[in-house]
Amino acid sequence: MSAITPNASPLRKLRSATGARRIFLHTLLIGVAVVMLYPLLWMLSSSIKPDTEIFTHPGLIPNKLNPQNYADGWSGSGNSFSLYITNSLIVTIGAVIGNVISCSLAAYAFARFEFRGKKIWFGLMLGTLMLPTQAVLIPQYTIFYNLTWINTYLPLIVPKFLAVDAFFIFLMVQFIRSIPRELDHAAMMDGANPWQIYWKIILPLMKPALVTTTIFTFIWTYDDFLHQLVYLQQNDKFTVPLGLTLFMDQTSGSSYGPMFAMSTLALLPTLICFLIFQKRLVEGLATSGMKG
Amino acid sequence: MTTAKTDEVAKGTPAPATPSDQRERDRMRRRLARRRGGGWWPYVFLAPWFVGLFGLTIYPMLDSLYLSFTDFDLLTPAQWVGTKNYERMFTADPVFWDTVHATLLYVAVSVPLKLALALGVAMLLNRDLKGIGLYRAAFYLPSLLGGAVAVAIVWRQVFGGDGLFNDFLGWFGIEGQDWISSPDTAIYTLILLAVWQFGTPMVIFLAGLKQLPRDVYEAAEIDGAGPVTRFFRITLPLLTPIVFFNVVLQIIDAFKTFTPAFVVSNGTGGPLNSTMLYSLYLYKKGFADLQMGYASAMAWVLFLVIAGFTAVNFIASRYWVHYDD
Repeated sequence: MSAITPNASPLRKLRSATGARRIFLHTLLIGVAVVMLYPLLWMLSSSIKPDTEIFTHPGLIPNKLNPQNYADGWSGSGNSFSLYITNSLIVTIGAVIGNVISCSLAAYAFARFEFRGKKIWFGLMLGTLMLPTQAVLIPQYTIFYNLTWINTYLPLIVPKFLAVDAFFIFLMVQFIRSIPRELDHAAMMDGANPWQIYWKIILPLMKPALVTTTIFTFIWTYDDFLHQLVYLQQNDKFTVPLGLTLFMDQTSGSSYGPMFAMSTLALLPTLICFLIFQKRLVEGLATSGMKG
Repeated sequence: MTTAKTDEVAKGTPAPATPSDQRERDRMRRRLARRRGGGWWPYVFLAPWFVGLFGLTIYPMLDSLYLSFTDFDLLTPAQWVGTKNYERMFTADPVFWDTVHATLLYVAVSVPLKLALALGVAMLLNRDLKGIGLYRAAFYLPSLLGGAVAVAIVWRQVFGGDGLFNDFLGWFGIEGQDWISSPDTAIYTLILLAVWQFGTPMVIFLAGLKQLPRDVYEAAEIDGAGPVTRFFRITLPLLTPIVFFNVVLQIIDAFKTFTPAFVVSNGTGGPLNSTMLYSLYLYKKGFADLQMGYASAMAWVLFLVIAGFTAVNFIASRYWVHYDD
């Protein structure tokens, strides 16, 4: 390190890294980015290669385009893929609505009221964050079995209306705490009751938290393989992840292309979500900082 | 605090203080206090959550504790068998120990690697460079796809006999093998998948790095501290609360891993149970073999292990996590 002259601020030195250092950093970061994205690009490229080329021709650019994979995959595994996508949409939209309503209700209560045992209830709520789903999976299954809800979407949707995703309650509590209480009081002066305050003041102001909840609920529910595997048993009820596993059983043959084509399509909703909300997703996670 | 603010608001209003105004204001204040106390309102808002907490968490926890002492196949009523399930698990089920071995290996290797990579990349990203947002997005994307079946399918092909990874090794003249079907290496393909998805802790580290005080670094630099010293003497100590947070979350998460193990091994946990992660075995026992009593016992052991790890983490944190105050 060179000696530091009194008037050259170290801060400035940190910021204005030399050209060589900049180029080195960019090279390093691009290198890491390529490694990170390569498997995904490989999947995309394999999805448009003829089957014979997937493993013999490892480059990313196909010699010959084979969009037929998409057509085959779409009609391929048992049912048409459009059925699985429709089913996934039903489940995810139901879950999103459930989470937004029930978690915001609970969060409003925790953020704005004092009541007996509030600390204990709040602690219990945070405790459920750490509870592994596997620990309650079997009794929950027996409950839904006794309700004859197996092979319906109810076990995947109804719990979301009961605010079981404590992560989102916590996120919303933090958010509501940042909304000035004076607004509540002003509304109260005008004669609003707590329900009206929740509905007309809090809910519209917490839109950013609701958007974050919507995106993450959508992606996590869409990807949640375990619960769909457990609760959905008949082919025609299958969601996208389950539909994809049907390809796995028949990969002995030559259906790699269609499988990659449908895997690519399966990632599309998440990718679109990501591209639209990239900034909010990354920052929402950084500031609320939870869940892996 | 709230009342103080209300007072200020009231004082700021240049209304003539007639007795009736005063009464009105007092009434308002009492109403506010009562509302904050809540009455039955908070319970209205919490009603769905209460139903979920008792119906879908507390009751199931107790029920699974009861079931863990029974033979239960879902179709016939549960038969009380005492501690048989636990005894079988620990003394008579070699697969259970394969599972424990695979899971502990998975947690012990993937979590430190993932966190080290997350911190390293976060430090690279913590500067003003053109296109930094793009890099952040590229590194976060794989984590967002997380437990997706499609990702696991790709992984299966990448590490298969004629997959992408062996092509890569081929450039260096290294003869590859089928990494997925070898019991020695299959678990490491899952570990690599977990490490690849380092984006979530990376973003959290990045948020923490941005809050570190710049003047401390300037002072250290003036005193002649090099980058290595700065990292170990300043960055790491100041970052310990966030390291701790990430360690706790990632360990819990790693213990719960299911989808990659299921998809990569095609639901078998093979070869030779080398990828039979705990959650996968629990699923097989409960839902494929309908041994729900045994699976409930496994669930309770998992719950206690995770709680134990978390508790140990919190206790140990007293000795290495530094908070400002």
